[in-house]
Amino acid sequence: MSTAPAFLSEEMRQQAIGCESEPRTIEVEKGAIVKFAEAIGDDNPVYTDEVAARESRYGGLIAPPTFLRSAVSARPELPFDVPFERLLDGGSEWEYFVPVRPGDRITAVSRIEDLNERNGRIGLMLIYTIVVTYTNQFGQVVATQTSTSIRY
Amino acid sequence: MSTQIVWDEVNEGLEIGPAVRHPTSQQLVKYAGASGDYYQIHYDKDFAQGTGLEDIIIHGALKNAFLGSLVTDWMGPHGNLRKLSCQYRGMDIPGHPITARGVVTSKYENDGEYLVDCEIWLENAEGQRTTPGRATVSIPKNLA
Repeated sequence: MSTAPAFLSEEMRQQAIGCESEPRTIEVEKGAIVKFAEAIGDDNPVYTDEVAARESRYGGLIAPPTFLRSAVSARPELPFDVPFERLLDGGSEWEYFVPVRPGDRITAVSRIEDLNERNGRIGLMLIYTIVVTYTNQFGQVVATQTSTSIRY
Repeated sequence: MSTQIVWDEVNEGLEIGPAVRHPTSQQLVKYAGASGDYYQIHYDKDFAQGTGLEDIIIHGALKNAFLGSLVTDWMGPHGNLRKLSCQYRGMDIPGHPITARGVVTSKYENDGEYLVDCEIWLENAEGQRTTPGRATVSIPKNLA
């Protein structure tokens, strides 16, 4: 089944793939980690209890795995306007390399890995595959997140 | 504190969880504040309905976090979470219980690490898997 694209031409798609966001850096605050752990309802003491965390093999507090969601990356700028306002999160795949700790400065850069158009039950939509790379102040990649988001 | 699970005693088919959650609209507001995701479909019912949803819905990333907790609780203090993925197949609405579950799908050794792959998911009160995913952890081989 191949139909002419309603919005996204192959040329636009090729222009979009590889587009990167501006880097955005956050400083990871202990209070933010504690609030995040409480919000997700995770009572693991390595996120909130300084004493227990010090005795753990991490030697101090760490952030929950999905905490990096709060290090919001900028969206990659597309070289064309997208006529869709609404956004749905399709899912994501995280890969973890180094724990995130209070005081870390984490820089997030997102990059468009793929862009496709589909006509679904909510109408015409653009499906983005975006890879966010999170790097700490030592230049170590702490995690990557590959996510699928839908604009419609 | 959770006890330590060891690779030697893990087998394919071993169940992970369940962990039952009771997300409320208050939790979604807390999550919005903690994560910085203030998209109104997660706390403003009129706004949510204006986008065609039947009600406010739980942040996908919060569901991702529920699955993360399922796995990190299971792998124990000496486990390392290597990969965590999920897909948002169905919407979940606060005020209804959500159950996180999983099952071990394989175990293997790679580069001196003892790894376990799991299939994980969230299911709603009707038993539908709204949020299927996968995880990979490394855990100690044994307690020696």
